[in-house]
Amino acid sequence: MKQYILKRIGISVLVLLGVSMLLYGICRMVPGDYVANMTAGNQNITPEMEQRMREVYGLDKGVVEGYVSWLKDALRGDFGTSFIYQESVVSVIAKYIGPTVSLAGISMLLEILLAIPLGIIAARKQYSRTDYTIVAIAIIGISLPSFFFAAVLKRVFAIGLGVLPVSGMVTARADYVGFAHFLDLGKHFVLPIIVFVVTGVGGLLRYVRTNMLEVLSADYVRTARAKGLPERKVIGKHAFRNTLIPVVTMVGGMIPNLFSGAVITEGLFGLEGLGNVALQAVYQGDIPYLMGFNMFIALMTLVGTLVSDILYAVVDPRVRYN
Amino acid sequence: MEDLQARNQQEQDEFEQNQVIMTPGQLVMKRFFRNKLACVGIGIIVFMVLFCAIGPFFSPYGEYEIFYINNETKEEVRMQQADVGASYMGVNVKAPISSKHWLGTDADGRDVFTRLMYGGRISLTVGFVVVIIELLVGITLGGIAGYYGGIVDMIIMRLVEIFYCIPFIPLMLITSAIMFGYGISPKYKIYFIMVVMGVLYWAGVARIVRGQILSLREMEYMQAAEATGIRTSRKIFKHLVPNVMPMIILIATMDIGSVILTESVLSFLGVGIAWPYASWGNMVDAVNKSVIMKNYLNIWMPPGICILLTVLAFNFIGDGLRDAFDPRMKR
Repeated sequence: MKQYILKRIGISVLVLLGVSMLLYGICRMVPGDYVANMTAGNQNITPEMEQRMREVYGLDKGVVEGYVSWLKDALRGDFGTSFIYQESVVSVIAKYIGPTVSLAGISMLLEILLAIPLGIIAARKQYSRTDYTIVAIAIIGISLPSFFFAAVLKRVFAIGLGVLPVSGMVTARADYVGFAHFLDLGKHFVLPIIVFVVTGVGGLLRYVRTNMLEVLSADYVRTARAKGLPERKVIGKHAFRNTLIPVVTMVGGMIPNLFSGAVITEGLFGLEGLGNVALQAVYQGDIPYLMGFNMFIALMTLVGTLVSDILYAVVDPRVRYN
Repeated sequence: MEDLQARNQQEQDEFEQNQVIMTPGQLVMKRFFRNKLACVGIGIIVFMVLFCAIGPFFSPYGEYEIFYINNETKEEVRMQQADVGASYMGVNVKAPISSKHWLGTDADGRDVFTRLMYGGRISLTVGFVVVIIELLVGITLGGIAGYYGGIVDMIIMRLVEIFYCIPFIPLMLITSAIMFGYGISPKYKIYFIMVVMGVLYWAGVARIVRGQILSLREMEYMQAAEATGIRTSRKIFKHLVPNVMPMIILIATMDIGSVILTESVLSFLGVGIAWPYASWGNMVDAVNKSVIMKNYLNIWMPPGICILLTVLAFNFIGDGLRDAFDPRMKR
């Protein structure tokens, strides 16, 4: 087990190296000297900063040497300075991670709480009207373009009924403090969370349903029924626990998706999180931040897969790694 | 006695004649068409393809034709005839739904209904082309990894993991910034976007194809194929690939939907298909102006509904195919 974990971590480091090479290569594809390109018209940039950026990105050297020097800086935690914020990329990420984590965290919790019970109900009543309704709603959720859904929600709840704010994090010109501030913040998060949950819950739900169907046709479930256990116990104790194993893996893989999904949702609702900053970074050519943000998500993806694989081994004693 | 035998024989013959023999493919088709949602999906796709492919030939207007209005006589004038410089001429923006403009005109005075058709062309083309690219790359690399195993498998799978780790939307944003830097015109941008998306999407296909081939390789019929001493390429394409086919068709269907969705997101964010070309995504973009969101539903609702219906249809078909291909799903 220990050996397996070590091997997996080794591979992950290798993969991360590959990702960084690819990203660096793409960023070097920008025509000409991109520091000059990107800084043109930005008064905040001083010549010293420009020089510093060239050094950080190794633009004074060839692609390979440049990559090595970038890597050295990155290993020391120096991902360069964001053009927009005039701060190191790491501190920008640390500053704006709060709203993203709360948005993604709450949404994921709701998704799990919705998907598991609904998936189990659908599987238990396969081919019934309930099953069809649940699956159809799940597929509609997957197929909804998030930006369109967000626009419809805004039109109905913010403009039409006027009960929820259109965008932003806090009501402008209303200096709430304490609980009122928290409530105001919560109000601004309602629509983004709905968009997140509705467009994201379908995948997990269908996954739970498929796995539950498989488990329900297993021999040990038949045995449990044959020995006269109440249905509640058959589902709760014998079937559900075995469905949980693949679901845990799936949830681990969902975390990074939440972060890259945040780019769109935060942009749509004007929440000041990592995703929205990334979107601004694109429009303003803030390549250092984009590199840092992408590496951050790549790291999350690797950690997510690693943790879920290890959890898999912990939860399921049948899994043996050699 | 003989009479009985003859009767038995006859019954046997009749039974055999009446027996309908179905190939596995026919069985799949039968199971597929029994699924109502899947049939609805097929219907929507056929409609959308016809609407986008043939529709523009019947539309009297062009994709970026702008309509003017004579402010004195309230008469609409087409772009070619318009005396644009004249003071009494204005652009016919945000016209209401009428018999001339079935869905009105947008904020630049162009016919929404016509643009819907052209936009659909782009969205559907992107979907199909990207999926073809990802299948070509994914099947080849996944097949090689699964068949040869060992070090080749190791290298390809690490590559797959690398591509898996790259967050898609942020990377597309960078790519778009680069394309902007090179000054690529909107006309060619779409081709670049298709290639980049295809290259980024292949990892999922490769992973699934590899897994399938890995397990198929151990099947007894593969041992038999091995024993006959046929060429490797024949073994792969004659014996392995056809058995992975159901899985590939399934991935392709589901992925067309998700590619269309992704492309629309990119266009909406302003990094996909660019002005003056229409795509469903950048047509919904008009919603960013709060006046349009509030008062001109005819401008931004139809393209959004088109995206939803198309993606929904592909997902329904995919779901139906999954059930139809899986013999365990018999009712």
